[in-house]
Amino acid sequence: MQNDAVLTMRGICKSFPGTKALDHVDFTLRKGEIHALMGENGAGKSTLIKVLTGVYEKDSGSIQMEGIQGDAHIHSPQDAQKAGISTVYQEITLCPNLTVAENMFIGRTASAFVHWKDYEKRTDGILQSLGIPARAKQELSRCSLAVQQMVAIARAVDMQCKVLILDEPTSSLDEKEVAMLFDLMRDLKNRGVGIVFVTHFLEQVYEVSDRITVLRNGELVGEYPAAALPQVELVAKMMGKDLNELEDLAQVGQKSLGSRETLYEAQGLSSTESRPFDFVIRQGEVNGFTGLLGSGRSESVRAIFGADRVTGGRIKIKGKPVRITRPHDAMKHGIGYLPEDRKRDGIIADLSVRENIILAMQVMKGFFHPMSRSQMEKFADEYIQALKIKTASQDTPIRSLSGGNQQKVILARWLLTHPDYLILDEPTRGIDVGTKLEIQKLVLKLAEENMSVTFISSEIEEMLRVCSRLIVMRDRKIVGELTGNELTQSQVMKTIAGGEL
Amino acid sequence: MTTVSRAKAEKHREPLTDAQLLMTISICIFAAMYAMAMLLMGGGFRKAQMVFDLLNDNAYLIIIACALTVVMIGGGINISVGGVIGLTVMACAIFLNSSGVENGPISVTLTLLLALGIGLAFGILQGFLVSYLEIQPFIVTLAGMFLARGLTTMLSVNPVKVSSQEFLSIVQTKILIPWLGYTAKNGNLIPAKMEIGALVALVTVIFMYLFLRYARLGRHIYALGGNQQSALMLGINVRRTRFLSYMISGLLSGLAGFVFLMHKPAGNASVAMRSEMDAIAASIIGGTLLTGGMGNVIGTFFGTMILATIQKIIALSPLNQSWWQEMANGALLGFFIMLQSIVLSSRGKKLRLPAWLKISHQKTD
Repeated sequence: MQNDAVLTMRGICKSFPGTKALDHVDFTLRKGEIHALMGENGAGKSTLIKVLTGVYEKDSGSIQMEGIQGDAHIHSPQDAQKAGISTVYQEITLCPNLTVAENMFIGRTASAFVHWKDYEKRTDGILQSLGIPARAKQELSRCSLAVQQMVAIARAVDMQCKVLILDEPTSSLDEKEVAMLFDLMRDLKNRGVGIVFVTHFLEQVYEVSDRITVLRNGELVGEYPAAALPQVELVAKMMGKDLNELEDLAQVGQKSLGSRETLYEAQGLSSTESRPFDFVIRQGEVNGFTGLLGSGRSESVRAIFGADRVTGGRIKIKGKPVRITRPHDAMKHGIGYLPEDRKRDGIIADLSVRENIILAMQVMKGFFHPMSRSQMEKFADEYIQALKIKTASQDTPIRSLSGGNQQKVILARWLLTHPDYLILDEPTRGIDVGTKLEIQKLVLKLAEENMSVTFISSEIEEMLRVCSRLIVMRDRKIVGELTGNELTQSQVMKTIAGGEL
Repeated sequence: MTTVSRAKAEKHREPLTDAQLLMTISICIFAAMYAMAMLLMGGGFRKAQMVFDLLNDNAYLIIIACALTVVMIGGGINISVGGVIGLTVMACAIFLNSSGVENGPISVTLTLLLALGIGLAFGILQGFLVSYLEIQPFIVTLAGMFLARGLTTMLSVNPVKVSSQEFLSIVQTKILIPWLGYTAKNGNLIPAKMEIGALVALVTVIFMYLFLRYARLGRHIYALGGNQQSALMLGINVRRTRFLSYMISGLLSGLAGFVFLMHKPAGNASVAMRSEMDAIAASIIGGTLLTGGMGNVIGTFFGTMILATIQKIIALSPLNQSWWQEMANGALLGFFIMLQSIVLSSRGKKLRLPAWLKISHQKTD
């Protein structure tokens, strides 16, 4: 064990039925450093973290903590907390029905009777010192996702943890909030906390990290000082591909402007969640909605698909007026929709990969026209191969797949129905670079085959790569539309920020 | 968030939580219903004694409704409470009548301990099966209900009347409240009478309210019902918390059995039959969520009182048929479930009310 290390993991192994998730992985965290843990989906990052936090039990290997003699025995989240390891997960692990103060202190109050007044005062103090816009007595479900995340971090900070694990903490935050979080992280680092930072945003890694550990396929690739590892090399290490191949990947393909024929046209479309807006997409066009989190981009596409209650507007498809007020209508008119939150709206966790792929097709055909087993298997096989879905078999429950592969399954579900118009809301969130590029390529290929696609992503760079037209939203209104050589990062930023065109 | 809104937050008064809203609604409905009864039915409803009668008759129901609320907040269910009351009443009646037990305060104390012991035993057994062996609570407590009913008939097929003078004198004891009494036609002041059982029920409600609100374990039960995974991550011992919630629930069922015996001192195979369903209904009407995480016993108390009032109104009206009461209960329960889903569907969203209620406030700029 090194002198300045707070945490040393050696030879960690963990297997699940059918897969070896971790194979002799080492990981060292030093005092007062921000250490990025990188890897593609299925590389073993989540598993390593869950072993460290006691959610999973390791099969073999040793974990040593500063100040603890011999092996640290971590068999439950409580053990981890006691050892000084705090975790903030991507999915908020707080109780929405309790107040902010209770979420900060529950599970670690000293006496059997709790003086919530004191805790509320302390909470308000902590929230204020960290600049978190919440109140101690507020019910957590009343806070935005970003604030909930920050409350979770505030809790960890207040627990005087030695090791703070941040698992994809920025995926639901906007830029300002990310900056705030990074300030907080640097502050903690100066106080000597070791921070494990897991993220898919490469720029963010270089903004705050001191050191980077890369995993691939459950194995350790290596540990590097951030300054000595150029971004391209990092990606190469994560993917296990050499640089030439990567450059090839970066050139995703030709953007598609689409034909002249209009496929879908909406006038004054509104739903319970979105304000009235006009929208047109041509056949074979890839366009995108952009804007900050909460600008209404997701709500707009949900209105197109009828996912929220549609309250008004006229819709034409191929020039003919149609009525789309619920998802089933949209599907009948050849519209597919990949929701933003795949865990909640997309996958059916306990069903197999095959059943998840077949789902939309079955709905389209009606439940009184069942498909034969062999037909289903044929379809599933075809798309598992076409989209390179990594799964043990068709019968594997989808929940045991990694995030990127789950996303591919949902994509397959819609592709199987051969839609004319596909809406992809954050299809690449929380998935690795390689899969991201694959999905981008796929989108462009589909457009070539005359499918219209609406693509939404938080990463502007990605949008610029695939979209030929960008619709910019701010405060639930469309504030601009960019095409051709207006499609630059600075122009998009300007439009989002409020430089009216 | 801007500085303006944070400055505003300094003096912010928190809005009603969903649970508080549901509870307030049920209190208002109780008040409205009672006021209507006073106006339209007059007579007994205009005397304070009516409230005490409702309390006296339904003391055991209030206690098991609290027992249900505790497990329901934790995301569970316990349908064995009625069966446990039946068993407790029978066992205590036989115990009091047995020759070995001396007449005296000791025998009453022993009976109370027996009642609590039976409840606790069921609570521990069911809690263990649900929490540590992770069996569905519905199934476990359904089995518990059958077991309790079976044991009751095994103890005695025939009704058993308590003959212990000591106990019967407790049954006769009434707490007199003169200032809530009324003057009879002959000029005598008749004070309001409350049974000991009713007092026990009220104390239980207050105790459980404080427990759920301020005790660490109480808050852990809410956390458990809110999100089990999160509760685990927050460092709560989920299994122990769930186990203890069933134990409390069992203990309260035993207490309810003793209170029942103080109201009607006789054991019978069909005692408190189906009362678990009334208790579930009372909890839900009081704002407890079947899926857990929300509710409180004050609401449950008013939920029970609503059911009791309906029963009384129908009993005193020309519609005195049991099906009217069942239908009224059913309609009320349906109404509250609908109310809950409306409140919950707007939970966490900016629109607090369904769109058709909000349209006038929306600006179309």
